[in-house]
Amino acid sequence: MLRYIAGRLLESLAVLLVVSFAIYGLIGLMPGDPIDMMVQGDPNLTPDDAKRLKALYGLDRPIMERYAAWLGNAVQGEFGYSRHHGQPVASVVGARIGNTALLLGVSLILALGLAVPVGIYAALRPYSPLDYAINMACFAGISVPPFWLALLLIILFSVTLGWLPAGGMETIGDGGMADRLRHMILPVVTLTVASVGDFTRFMRASMIQTLRQDYIRTARAKGVSATRMVIGHALRNAMIPLTTVIALSFGRLFSGALIVETMFGWLGMGKMIYDAILGNDYNLALVGLMIATALTLFCNFLADIGYVWLDPRVTLASRAASR
Amino acid sequence: MKTATLFNSRGWRAMALALTLMAPAAASAAPAKDTLVIGISQFPRNFNPNIESMLAKSYILAMARRPLTAYDADWKLICMLCTQVPSYANGRAKNETTADGKPGIAVTYTIRPGATWGDGVPVTTKDVVFTWNVGRNAKSGFGNLELFQRIVAIDMVDDKTFTLHVNKRTCEFAAMSGLQLLPAHIERANFSDPAQYRKRSAYETDTTNPGLWYGPYRISQVVTGSYVVLERNPTWWGKKPAFARIVVKAIENTAALSANLLSGDIDYIAGELGLTVDQALAFEKRAGGAFDFSYKPGLIYEHIDLNLDNPVLADRRVRRALLHAIDRQTINRQLFAGHQPVAHGQTNPLDTVYDKGAPKYAYDPARAKALLDAAGWSQIRNGIRHDATGKRLQLELMTTAGNKSRELIQQVLQSQLRQVGIDLRLRNEPARVFFGDTITYRKFRDMVMYAWISAPKGVPRTTLHSTQIPSEANGWSGQNYTGFKNPAMDKVLDEVEIVCEPKANKALWRDLQRIYGEELPVLPLYFRANPYIIPKWLKGVRPTGHQFTSTLWIEDWRVGN
Repeated sequence: MLRYIAGRLLESLAVLLVVSFAIYGLIGLMPGDPIDMMVQGDPNLTPDDAKRLKALYGLDRPIMERYAAWLGNAVQGEFGYSRHHGQPVASVVGARIGNTALLLGVSLILALGLAVPVGIYAALRPYSPLDYAINMACFAGISVPPFWLALLLIILFSVTLGWLPAGGMETIGDGGMADRLRHMILPVVTLTVASVGDFTRFMRASMIQTLRQDYIRTARAKGVSATRMVIGHALRNAMIPLTTVIALSFGRLFSGALIVETMFGWLGMGKMIYDAILGNDYNLALVGLMIATALTLFCNFLADIGYVWLDPRVTLASRAASR
Repeated sequence: MKTATLFNSRGWRAMALALTLMAPAAASAAPAKDTLVIGISQFPRNFNPNIESMLAKSYILAMARRPLTAYDADWKLICMLCTQVPSYANGRAKNETTADGKPGIAVTYTIRPGATWGDGVPVTTKDVVFTWNVGRNAKSGFGNLELFQRIVAIDMVDDKTFTLHVNKRTCEFAAMSGLQLLPAHIERANFSDPAQYRKRSAYETDTTNPGLWYGPYRISQVVTGSYVVLERNPTWWGKKPAFARIVVKAIENTAALSANLLSGDIDYIAGELGLTVDQALAFEKRAGGAFDFSYKPGLIYEHIDLNLDNPVLADRRVRRALLHAIDRQTINRQLFAGHQPVAHGQTNPLDTVYDKGAPKYAYDPARAKALLDAAGWSQIRNGIRHDATGKRLQLELMTTAGNKSRELIQQVLQSQLRQVGIDLRLRNEPARVFFGDTITYRKFRDMVMYAWISAPKGVPRTTLHSTQIPSEANGWSGQNYTGFKNPAMDKVLDEVEIVCEPKANKALWRDLQRIYGEELPVLPLYFRANPYIIPKWLKGVRPTGHQFTSTLWIEDWRVGN
């Protein structure tokens, strides 16, 4: 077990190193820098001002030199200063990571909480009118662009009905738990709708396949009740493909969070990373993207552990060998 | 100059559809309000008034501090923190010679007697000198170093009166909005290491410190990326503002911004930093009843830069033909409901130096065709002009991808130019590439459409003087991207800043606009308007149309009938 974890940790570090280099290089390759943008918007800035500011912010140094300096500091736990926010990167990220985790966590739990029972239900009655209805709802959820759904929800629940706030994370001057929950409803619903369809479809397909297995037929022949058959025998096997999908969908959830955070003014990581990349805020973009990468790697690691729990035939040693 | 918002056009279309589907319960009647919530589409990156200029910051800080001078809504220079605008006539401006024998000027200002920082410490000349010392230090991170280096000395006449000795005599000597005072009693310690100042400044580390502010309001809460709360400043010396609290909420997606206005989560969308004209027009059609709409044209000048190194465009007749072939009035009427006035040059008609007699180019396809014939593009094959060698009159127009207004205009231009035999090809790039690479390094083949921001009486030296053509030799500095070289224009630009006798100065501005109009290094399109969507109960908002935002007069805003 320890050997497996150590191996995965080393792999993850190598991936993070490559990712950091790629991100730094790609941002550096983008034409223009923040000072060029500043000059376009400020009639008072002279070319000399631009030159001086580029030197001051280190933007006149070669990209490799800047990356090496960043890496040297990063390994010592010093992630630098966000030019975009005027604060140390750790403070900016620290303030936002919890918000995104909350949004993603709640919507993931809700999506799974809906997708698993509904997927099972549909699998138990394949090609029935209800199965068709569930499928249609899933396709609708998958097809609806999150930003459009977000707007519809705002118009319906905030503008027309006036039940929920249109955006933000809390009412200014309130900030109680109930108030924060009210502000969470629309963003969470938007993110949940965006992922529940996929999860339901996978759950249904996986469960249908599992229910066709010989051991299920045997269980049925032995007179095992339907509930016991599904929960006790089929569910764990059917969950294996879904576990992979959940692990892989984490990156997609992150991009969904970017849209939802923008639409609802939710102060999270997605929006922060997007702004940092556009604004050439190297330090912040790097740390943000590396956290996203690390989370995805971590989720895949959890998925591996999940396989072992779900399927006794799988061991960590076999997972390591299969990688 | 660009504004980029996520999913802007798609989001807007979705918003329009959604509004059509559902009847909005628009914000309506005038409540007895203590708090005004303003929506803007950008959040400031920092709060130090001198580090990095951005509109969102100017908009908010205008409520919490005041520049020495500003242009008012009538584009007249006025004192805000000072008592009297310096002039030769009132004796506050005197010509002098600098130590190195150059013509300089001494300008005297007096700070208003009641001016006090929010912690009760008076605003004095010590703050002026401290700010100057920070500003002229290249490591401090101030944007406009040149302004502070032009000031070679400051005489502290008394606690409130000071004289600036400036080593360059210009006609706009009295406009001193760039000297944004810092509280010496707070910031001096943070400036002990100039290279660290921008990180240590109390404006970043202690933004809600009352001692940083001296406007009608002071910043009392900041949630980065989300909102800023301003409360009445008890030490404000002027008229008491009507609202006890102002909340400025940043909502970057403009469709969400509109929805927030309809839901009542915000009261008002800032004209300076809110919707574009087409978005506001769509909003007005669907939910206009509860709001007053004001479209204020300003100093954002949409135009097409021509690459004058291209032999086709080097011919003035072709440039004139292009402008005669474009029906700008119809574009304005059809796309912007007439709210974005046609530009005939880079000088805005609201500017006091505007010359009505400057050349204008009416839509005249016949004249355009004649000019093209005269320029040698007389053979027409399949509707497109060719020259005697058989070369096709094909031009490429580039702009920022995703900017709906510009992309619409491109299509209209393509159609209109086709009617006079010009084959216009369109190629767009993301703003980042367009501004950061294509324009900066003059990589465009023929034409680029974008906007310039200027200031009242702003001399367009960096965009028109021949020494300002970016090249490898000058490290790609300067903003004369067209490559315009005209000795007469250079002479006017050199003189217009320093010949200040009103008649002579006016004559120079007239010459500048005449040469610009005759030579047409740039095709003027229109002046962009800022749409102000104001609830009917909110009174006192006066759009300015220039870089001094309406919030500089926030104390006049009130709830009215």
